[in-house]
Amino acid sequence: MDFAFMRDTFLTLMGGVPLTLNLSFTSVALGAVLAMLLALMRMSRIKVLDWPAQGYVFVFRGTPLLVQIFLIYYGLGQFRPTLQAWGLWTFFREPYWCAVLALTLNTAAYASEIIRGGLQSVPHNQVEAARACGMSGFLLFRRIVFPIAVRQALPAYGSEIILMVKATSLASIITMMEVTGLAAKLISQTFRAVEVFIVAGLIYLILNFIITRIIMAIEWWLSPHLRRPPAIEPRLEAAHV
Amino acid sequence: MQQLSYFELVGFGPNGWGWALLTAAGMTIAVAICGFLAGSIVGTLVAWGKIGGNLVTRSLADGYTTVLRGIPDLLVIYLFYFGGSAALGAIGSLFGAEGFIGVPAFVTGALAIGIVSGAYQAEVFRGAYQVVSRGEIEAARSVGMHRWLMFRRIIAPQVLRYAIPGLGNTWQLVLKESALISVTGLVELLRQSHIAAGSTRRPFDFYVTAAILYLLITWVSTYLFQRAEAHSMRGMRRAS
Repeated sequence: MDFAFMRDTFLTLMGGVPLTLNLSFTSVALGAVLAMLLALMRMSRIKVLDWPAQGYVFVFRGTPLLVQIFLIYYGLGQFRPTLQAWGLWTFFREPYWCAVLALTLNTAAYASEIIRGGLQSVPHNQVEAARACGMSGFLLFRRIVFPIAVRQALPAYGSEIILMVKATSLASIITMMEVTGLAAKLISQTFRAVEVFIVAGLIYLILNFIITRIIMAIEWWLSPHLRRPPAIEPRLEAAHV
Repeated sequence: MQQLSYFELVGFGPNGWGWALLTAAGMTIAVAICGFLAGSIVGTLVAWGKIGGNLVTRSLADGYTTVLRGIPDLLVIYLFYFGGSAALGAIGSLFGAEGFIGVPAFVTGALAIGIVSGAYQAEVFRGAYQVVSRGEIEAARSVGMHRWLMFRRIIAPQVLRYAIPGLGNTWQLVLKESALISVTGLVELLRQSHIAAGSTRRPFDFYVTAAILYLLITWVSTYLFQRAEAHSMRGMRRAS
């Protein structure tokens, strides 16, 4: 094992970390907004809202992320004249925005189910108590339902964020030079797959470790009533590829 | 040249890509099944290391699941794709062969999927094993069953029963992960769509078709796993 080479590799690959984090956080943040909307649509009990949301979740969870990325990046090129006429082409021409869009749409589908689970887990007596105090509508949602739901959904949302960090690696296929993209370039230049793999894997593990810790800290901060037993570590669950 | 309609394009006519896409979908299913089975073997061994092993095997198994679930699958595929050829080349040069030896893309893909899904399946098997009642294992031991016989008659059937929902999830992952194998050049569904999109300049039509075929496969497999779960639980009383 060539440690000088691995140190150089590490320094090269670290150059991709900002883009990896940028893609992850942009899409997680935008995806959370869309997911909230989808979850509320699912729970509205209005069929016109519920069905499209269900269909959305079915489609985006049932197809590979790479297909979604290709559909947006290459597929929309078929409608280039129309998109140019609408002035959207500058957006869809950029691999960065295509990757962000695909990742956002994808994570929104998974996250909406997590949020829905969280919202539905709010104990009914809490809501009744709040109503008895005279709260209703947005105040009830803001003070009672939302905080409890966030607390419930956070561990699952934590693993979703980890999954998104992993999923950003697919952006390398549409020329984004984040960690995996740089790693692939380096492997094809040097043919030292094992060393580059170890370094790149290590970087992802460190990133995910830090994110897990941050989420654990937020969980700890959000649940003072459970302070005695230690917070449950968000588990790395199923990837969506 | 006249524009082909969508159905001519993906149909089975002289200009249609229907057969090519269906064959490629078959390839997707084949590589996913092989990868899933490889993952089952890996997963069983890793779960065994976690449950029955000593401190060394347990930490190895824990390390394996943590690492493989913490790094992107694409990296693992690159490792197998480039690393596999390099390793084969090194072995080949020992026997006097020269130059680049490529590993078949199918083998690379199935192995990479197996290694990654093995980490997930190990957790599924471990969880299912913990549900198997201790009493059953003690009973089996008390009638004098040896480890292998007990595994075959008592543990494996029950673990499989409890593992079906988790295995269903893993299967969905594997199916979607198989799309990543297209980077190695294996002509599966996504690769074929890419080729067709390139040669007809109708990328949207082909990627939508690929998405529909993927949805169809996931939908049918969800149904099959539900059937399997219902079948395996037919003798059980539901708690609720």
